[in-house]
Parts: sequence; C-alpha cells; structure tokens
Amino acid sequence: MNFGKNLFNGIIPENPTFRLVLGTCPTLAVTTAAINGVGMGLSTTLVLIGSNVVISALRKVIPDKIRIPAFVVIIASFVTIVGMLMKAYTPDLDKALGIYIPLIVVNCIILARAEAFAFTNTVADSFADGLGMGLGFTLALTVMGSVRELLGAGSIFGTVILGGGFEPALMMILPPGAFLAYGLLMGLLNKVSESK
Amino acid sequence: MTSLIIILLSAILVNNFILAKFLGICPFLGVSKQVETAVGMGAAVTFVMGLASAITYVVQYAILVPFHMEYMQTIAFILVIAALVQFVEMVIQKTSPSLYQALGVYLPLITTNCAVLGVAIINISAGYNFIETIFNGVGGALGFTLAIVLFAGIRERMVTSPIPKSLDGFPIALVSACLMAISFLGFQGLL
Repeated sequence: MNFGKNLFNGIIPENPTFRLVLGTCPTLAVTTAAINGVGMGLSTTLVLIGSNVVISALRKVIPDKIRIPAFVVIIASFVTIVGMLMKAYTPDLDKALGIYIPLIVVNCIILARAEAFAFTNTVADSFADGLGMGLGFTLALTVMGSVRELLGAGSIFGTVILGGGFEPALMMILPPGAFLAYGLLMGLLNKVSESK
Repeated sequence: MTSLIIILLSAILVNNFILAKFLGICPFLGVSKQVETAVGMGAAVTFVMGLASAITYVVQYAILVPFHMEYMQTIAFILVIAALVQFVEMVIQKTSPSLYQALGVYLPLITTNCAVLGVAIINISAGYNFIETIFNGVGGALGFTLAIVLFAGIRERMVTSPIPKSLDGFPIALVSACLMAISFLGFQGLL
C-alpha cells in the first residue's frame, strides 16, 4: 500500500516539475522535441532510483555532517554510468542531449529527494519514491516536448500531425518558447486544480 | 585579442547562460525577487565561475588527461566545485565578514548551480586554451548577472501588478523570462 502511495505521490500530487518546481534547467533545455523529453526523463529516473536506493541503504553509515558531499559523489557515479550507457547504446540521443547529461548531477530533484526522502526512509520506500518522482519528471518533460514540437514543427515524436495549412511557430523550439510553454502549462495546471 | 573579445561578448549577450543555454535557472527563479539580492548572487557566481573555470582546466589537463581518466570528468569537476565553494566561503568569512553577511545563504547554493559545472564542461568540449577558458567563464557569469539583475527589476514591478491568480508566482515569472529571451535573441546578429 505504502509502495503505491510513494510511487503515485511523485507522478501527480508532488510532480517535481510542475508542483515542486525542481530541475528546471533540463526541463527548459532539452524539450525541443518529445523524444528528447522522454530520453532525458528516463535517464534522470535511472539516476534517481540508483541514488535513492544507495543513499537510503547507507543512511546509517553516512555521518550527518558530510552527507551533502557524500550524496554528490554517489549521484555523480550514477550519472557517469548512465552517460556511458547512453553513449554506447543510444548515440543519437546522447548527441541531442549533449552537455545536459553530465549536468544531471546538479539537477536539484535528485539532491532534494536524497535529502528530503531517501536519507530518512527505508530502501523499498526510497525506490518507490525515486521511481515515482522520475516518472513524474518524465511525464512533465514529455508533455512539454510534445507541446513545443507540435507548435514549433507541427509533429509529435517525429510524426507529422499538423500538416498542410499549419505554419509552424519556429519560436516555440527556440529558447523563448521553452519559457512560454513552461509558464503557461504551469498556469493551466493551477487553473485546473483550482476549479476542482 | 579579437577572438577573446568575441568569446566574452558571445558569452554575455548572444549565448547568454540563462536565456539561451538554460543553465542556472534555479537561482534565476529563486533569488530574483529583489534587485539587491540578485546583485549579490551575481557577484558570488561570477567569482566562483571564474575560479572554477581556471581550476577545472588545470584538473582536466594536468590530472585527468595524463592518466587517461577522462571518464571521471563529471565526478572530479563536481568535487572540485564543491570544495572551491566551501573554500571561498571560508576565505570570505575570514577576510570580509560584511560581504559574507550580504551573500549569506547564497554561497553554499552555488555548488548546485548548473552554470558552474556547465561552463567547466563547455570550456573543455569547446577546446579553449587557458586564457579563453577564463574569458568564457567570466563572460558567462557576467551574462548570468546581467540577466538575473534585469529580471529582478521586472519582478519587483510585477508585485504591484494585477495578475490572474492561477498565473501568479512562477508561471508569470516564466512568461516574462520568455519576453526577455526574445529580446536577447536580437543580439544574435551581433557577431
């Protein structure tokens, strides 16, 4: 029961992107296309699960005073592993995401979950939290990527949807479009949850 | 010399770290409610980014490359930056307590500012030499400062404006950041 609750919590009620407003840099930077959003979301999920599990397993060993450096080293190790895996198996995605893969280290979602959840909870709960938060992040990035790709290029996941008379708004896949889409989606979400 | 000026201008205006590269968005949104704190944050980041660029350059070419450990780059750089921020904090505390007071909580937060790690990785992957590295680091940080201070000015005004409830806070901040980014696109033709 607890497992399901922890898992679900990260996907909608405490969605890291739209509710907690964490990890904004990758959210804005890589969502020029839906597929990049999925790739970034899933690689962050892997790092998040790994670091949550290891940190919660070591929570009685790590001294309180140096916990932040210890967290950072654990997270950086997982990021390096994921980066190498992506270079080997998905080179195209690796090129598209570029510098933002090593930058997963400084994604505030991961450090925030380590500090706020994994350091004080059991391994199983931390795994569920990592998975839930990761999926919530992936969902948010995919939605952002789809909206921007649809308006900026007339397609989603590379499939043309708005063909013919549709004039793509190039601005949506340029940097300003990222801020606009993020702000308006967040506002829309607020509006929906308000009217409930 | 010309190439150095181009690197500097490009880092400040054309490839602005916040508005074009999306590095350092967290402090950009978090510490931009008042112009004064934004200036303090900008100054601290400039200092750390300049130093971090220089030190990570040395780490890369004096330690990682000779020992063929380039794959350790991420871990090595983040440790260097964390140690550097801690060190800067201690030095400022000893030498200038008033500056330390002013920067306060923003100092330790710089460790998780992706602009710092980002500039270190960009410097290496762009193949800059030592001088170019420092120019790019300082230029990027000045661009960060410029954007965050301007943005804080806009947000100070926004407090008194009538804003729909569902857009209040982050959403309207992001939309205004969008407008700023559009105006910065105008610098694209500069170089």
